Amino acid sequence: MATAQVTEAPIRPVATPDSLQQITKLTRFQLYEYVRSRRFVAMLGIVAIIGVILTALVGHYRGGLVSSNIAFYGSFWGGGASFLVVLSAVIFGGDAIAGEFQNKTGYFLMGLPIRRATIYVGKFLAAFLASVVVLGFYLLILLGNGVFYFGSGALPWQLPVSLIIALVYLAAVLGTTFLFSSLFKTSAYGFALTAILFLIGFSILQALIVDLVHIEPWMVISYANSSIGNIFNPTVNWGIFGTITTTSTRIGRAAVTVTTYTAGIAESIVIMIGYLLVTAVAGLYLFEREEFT
Amino acid sequence: MPPSLEMRDLTKQYGTFTALTALNLKLEGGKCVGFLGPNGAGKTTTLKMLTDMIFPTQGECFINGLSVQTDRKRALAEAGVLIESPEIYPSLTPNQALEMVADLRGIPVPERPGRIRSALEEVKMTDWADKRVGRFSKGMKQRINIAAALVHDPSVVILDEPSTGLDPRGMAEVRTIIRGLKKSQRLIFMSSHILSEVVDVCDDVALIDRGKLLFYDTLPNVTARFSDGKSSLDLQFARPIPPDAIPGRIGALPGIGDVTFLDPRRLRIKYTGGVETQERLVESVAQMHLGLLSAAASESALEEIYLSQISRGD
Ligand SMILES: Nc1ncnc2c1ncn2[C@@H]1O[C@H](COP(=O)(O)OP(=O)(O)O)[C@@H](O)[C@H]1O
Ligand SMILES: [Mg+2]
Repeated sequence: MATAQVTEAPIRPVATPDSLQQITKLTRFQLYEYVRSRRFVAMLGIVAIIGVILTALVGHYRGGLVSSNIAFYGSFWGGGASFLVVLSAVIFGGDAIAGEFQNKTGYFLMGLPIRRATIYVGKFLAAFLASVVVLGFYLLILLGNGVFYFGSGALPWQLPVSLIIALVYLAAVLGTTFLFSSLFKTSAYGFALTAILFLIGFSILQALIVDLVHIEPWMVISYANSSIGNIFNPTVNWGIFGTITTTSTRIGRAAVTVTTYTAGIAESIVIMIGYLLVTAVAGLYLFEREEFT
Repeated sequence: MPPSLEMRDLTKQYGTFTALTALNLKLEGGKCVGFLGPNGAGKTTTLKMLTDMIFPTQGECFINGLSVQTDRKRALAEAGVLIESPEIYPSLTPNQALEMVADLRGIPVPERPGRIRSALEEVKMTDWADKRVGRFSKGMKQRINIAAALVHDPSVVILDEPSTGLDPRGMAEVRTIIRGLKKSQRLIFMSSHILSEVVDVCDDVALIDRGKLLFYDTLPNVTARFSDGKSSLDLQFARPIPPDAIPGRIGALPGIGDVTFLDPRRLRIKYTGGVETQERLVESVAQMHLGLLSAAASESALEEIYLSQISRGD
């Protein structure tokens, strides 16, 4: 009698790829997942709307907006990039870890021979790349306008440098949203906390430190992002220490002194990398100990 | 080396509540083991520790001798896992989802199409290979989840209540699929709260209740051991059974206890002894030419064992 054992093929073990290869593979799958998601389309839509408004604004007013290529890129890239970095990081990173729990997709990955750190890093890189696409789309719209008004040869050297700073800022902000996201198991909490933190929380913190403690707010991530725009400023401070500006005004008989701090370019990069390192270590540590209950 | 799963002194506490108490269980060889217990018994807790989704408060687990706690990557490479009915990324098709699993598991590119196809064949989903998973019914998703656990042809398969939450037809389909997964070199460890499912699909059963393992044995041994020396067998006949056949002939066979009519064509026979007695009994009755159609270990007997075992702690 023929039995199942006779025709049965022997089980052949497969060699699991090393973690670096798995990170690459996972990043690709996650990026594919982001690119096909509704939130990605929504982000591109937001950038498109901003692009239309910007193009119309510049076309209508011209004047100061297009007085020089540096003024143009400085105001539109300098102003827009850090907003888009924060928005993308919240949208792509706010629930990156929390969503794996809520949607139960995490259980799919957790059954695979893959380190937890690989999952965390793969998702981080995918969110980074998805945000880069969003930033790149905005840059493309800017370049379209810039080339129209100033010609293709008139790209200021500050633009690529500012782009690099924006990418470092993106990594730092995403590191932070990932860390907070891994504290929750519900997407909404992850989104809410990171959005509140980045859209108002850090600014309030920064203001409090300046006004009440009277020190440079170098420990607040949002302090560093001004460099993305400041680099277009001819008197930019490249240093590792911030610039302190004190202005005195007289209101009635009282003299009011207002102190403002501006981060140096090197300083802001150090702050960003510091945020990235601290949040990555903390996030990985938490995720290694996270229970998929 | 035969496939194996080992749980050594495995304990899990959630705060002050102990969900699993010092579980020691070693499963070895190609077979299907049912992990049976009522809801809340600690089955999922155990399987999640076996797959490093949660961490033991104490103890350790091994898949084919590899520690899950210290080397999750190598240990899980040996296993196919389905726990908590995970969601596959909804925009993927089964082919894409299995491609992702095959890729992350390191199945060489030329082997992938064949392996993916045979995994989808095993769960009878080949017709749906290129449709998006997001629109699938629960039962279909579950079958894709099972396929995902099979792409690499694992020697150990761990399934947590694979049929739970499905409609009766879906449950029956999943059971048929699991029966089809048995291989001489594959160990299947499947949890369930449904006794008949375990009887239907598994070879061995480990009974757990309130975080404690009550016993682990083969199904026939369990029946023999726990029915006070009396097992029971339900016989189905083609024709009504002549009343005189009972005391005169069937009742005279060795080891026979009470014989009761379930209906004119069905008898329940209590007997003492294990599978050998059962075998002799069925052979003898068949030789009486009374129109014997089938003989099955009485489910209600097992049901009684199950219920009596899990209520003992009251
Ligand atoms: N995250 C958790 N926190 C607290 N208690 C839990 C948690 N997960 C499970 N439990 C408890 O542990 C016990 C066992 O649960 P579980 O392993 O899911 O049972 P089963 O899978 O056998 O139905 C239950 O009483 C359950 O309430
Ligand atoms: Mg369960």
